[in-house]
Amino acid sequence: MAGIPHDHYEPKSNSQRWLYRRLPIVGLLYDTLMIPTPKNLNWMWIWGIVLTFCLALQIITGIVLAMHYTPHVDMAFASVEHIMRNVNGGYFIRYLHMNGASLFFFAVYLHIFRGLYYGSYKAPREITWIIGMLIYLLMMATAFMGYVLPWGQMSFWGATVITGFFGAIPGVGTSIQTWLLGGPAVDNATLNRFFSLHYLLPFVIAALVAVHIWAFHTTGNNNPTGVEVRRGSKEEAERDTLPFWPYFVIKDLFALAVILAVFFAIVGFMPNYLGHPDNYIQANPLSTPAHIVPEWYFLPFYAILRAFTGDVWVVIAAEWLSFGIIDAKLFGVLAMFGAIVVMALAPWLDTSSVRSGRYRPMFKWWFALLVVDFIVLMWCGAMPAEEPYATISLIAATYWFAYFLVILPLLGVIEKPQPQPATIEEDFNAHYAAPAKQGFSAQPAE
Amino acid sequence: MFRKLALTTSAVLALTGGAALAAGEAIQVPDVAFAHEGPFGRFDQFQLQRGLQVYTEVCSACHGLKFVAIRTLSDAGGPGLPEDQVREYDKQFTITDADTGEDREGLPTDHFPHSSLENAPDLSLMAKARAGFSGPYGTGMNQLFRGMGGAEYIHAIMMGYEEPPACAADFESDGYYNRYFAKGAIPDACKNEEGHSTIEGSWIAMPQPLSDDQVTYADGTPATQDQMAMDVASFLMWTAEPKLMDRRNAGFVSVIFLAFLATLLYLTNKRIWAGVKGKKKHA
Repeated sequence: MAGIPHDHYEPKSNSQRWLYRRLPIVGLLYDTLMIPTPKNLNWMWIWGIVLTFCLALQIITGIVLAMHYTPHVDMAFASVEHIMRNVNGGYFIRYLHMNGASLFFFAVYLHIFRGLYYGSYKAPREITWIIGMLIYLLMMATAFMGYVLPWGQMSFWGATVITGFFGAIPGVGTSIQTWLLGGPAVDNATLNRFFSLHYLLPFVIAALVAVHIWAFHTTGNNNPTGVEVRRGSKEEAERDTLPFWPYFVIKDLFALAVILAVFFAIVGFMPNYLGHPDNYIQANPLSTPAHIVPEWYFLPFYAILRAFTGDVWVVIAAEWLSFGIIDAKLFGVLAMFGAIVVMALAPWLDTSSVRSGRYRPMFKWWFALLVVDFIVLMWCGAMPAEEPYATISLIAATYWFAYFLVILPLLGVIEKPQPQPATIEEDFNAHYAAPAKQGFSAQPAE
Repeated sequence: MFRKLALTTSAVLALTGGAALAAGEAIQVPDVAFAHEGPFGRFDQFQLQRGLQVYTEVCSACHGLKFVAIRTLSDAGGPGLPEDQVREYDKQFTITDADTGEDREGLPTDHFPHSSLENAPDLSLMAKARAGFSGPYGTGMNQLFRGMGGAEYIHAIMMGYEEPPACAADFESDGYYNRYFAKGAIPDACKNEEGHSTIEGSWIAMPQPLSDDQVTYADGTPATQDQMAMDVASFLMWTAEPKLMDRRNAGFVSVIFLAFLATLLYLTNKRIWAGVKGKKKHA
């Protein structure tokens, strides 16, 4: 593998050589597991393993659930109750899957914001970032379709509202919406295709995760200093890095165990806390719930969607300039997708030559404000569409775009960064005393 | 800096979780100390049996429990009726057999019948479907820490029939005023200029179902309205979440196991890194 110089797998016995010449799979696994990793990674670098675990958990519990679930409008709700009541351990598998989605998004948001703070999106890691954004989009699509499957009130009305966005596209909108739903409204055809896609997309995500890992194994991990690992020689690289196994595998597993302890406490003791109680009422197309609220992980983008109403001047201007093609509804939809697009473009919008926010005195504060902004948007998304939430949403949505489109490009020009350490080793030694004793040796016993 | 942000973020995310169901109506119902509440709460078997009696003699006249199999009445963690009593119990139902299309006596493998009155909702999941009213500010914190949930709501509805407020003096309705029912009709005279209600509660189609001594409990418990309301609310919590106790047991074992595993991994991690880094220097 290109990148940081390190020891590669050498087949030793005859049988190892036999296999290696035909399929170097052991070598691939060895190089992946022993990849040199910056030794100064902090606890924000554990979310990758949590996310990988989430994907595995969702696929395994999901396959079991699919064995007992019936994707039919008359039977879907009852089949979920069948899982909850009659399938051995079904109630736990179903609650794991339901709350697993929340853990997945909780981890992905921390993972994304870690990348935004430490500049993990910057060259040469743009491809890793873009693949990550694609994974995030697919996660949202998968979660949305999964939420429809229990066929409760929120499932049905959430699907009606979200697919309605596509109806906002001028000209072909209604046709696209009908094509997506398999009919004029959310019905059996919709439920069937959502089930089919909900089963398919996680495997697409799994493939993209492999590409995501491949990409950053080629460039090497970013790290809290943002300073690259030295690559002049193997000895030099080894002063900046440690092999992934066992140092980071054990560290990540420890973090995962702590997070899972909290997760299982939620599943065991308050599994419905993050869900909407209306989803325990079977879908009824004739009865609209008082408030249609998406799952918590969609709320920030839902708030952006609703922020741009018809009386906002940008919306009025857009409508006038586009001769009425871009109305408030379409503007909201564009803003929602745009909020993710600008995030995906961060590698090209950020003009600063310094990678890590640790050495960027002004950036730090704008970034902190972005985190607050995200939480405010999440809160606004849960509130009804009335004052003062509408105005707060509009301000918060504006800041989201301003951060990526104005602040990131400007900061690179006007900000005077603080000095960075020359090497990772220097930063590491500045933070930690020399080891008191010779501990574990990383050399595999032979 | 980042660590602080991460901590704050996770704390706030935890708080906003329940906010997804915030929005609007927030009639606070009185808290009831049910036996099943709290992390180690367990259903009171005799209360579930009394609740079953109230359901059978009162509620089942109109409402159904279509997702509940009659055989589960003998399950551990539920009412725990002896099997011969379950066999006796199900004979009162007339079931149209799915295979033969003919009416027959109920069997333990049958489910409870559907609602017999068209507008009466099925009660199987009511305790879960009405669990989201609890504040403050829709965060569900009361639900989390005081165990307030759908069972409290059902109890409150049973107890919430009162004389209508003065503004509704001229209001003619087929319904009945209930101060904890949020979704019903409200007369215009009880609304302000913006169309928002100025009173608690609204009009519900169901007449007051429970009054003192409506049933006679075999165990001699006085059948007050409050007692029956609590019993049936507890029973309906069980029908909504029959595996509640199993789930908490599984959760408890999982957390203990993971805490033990995390401790081992912590010690392993410390040992591995001891050869690489020493104590953290204070900047």
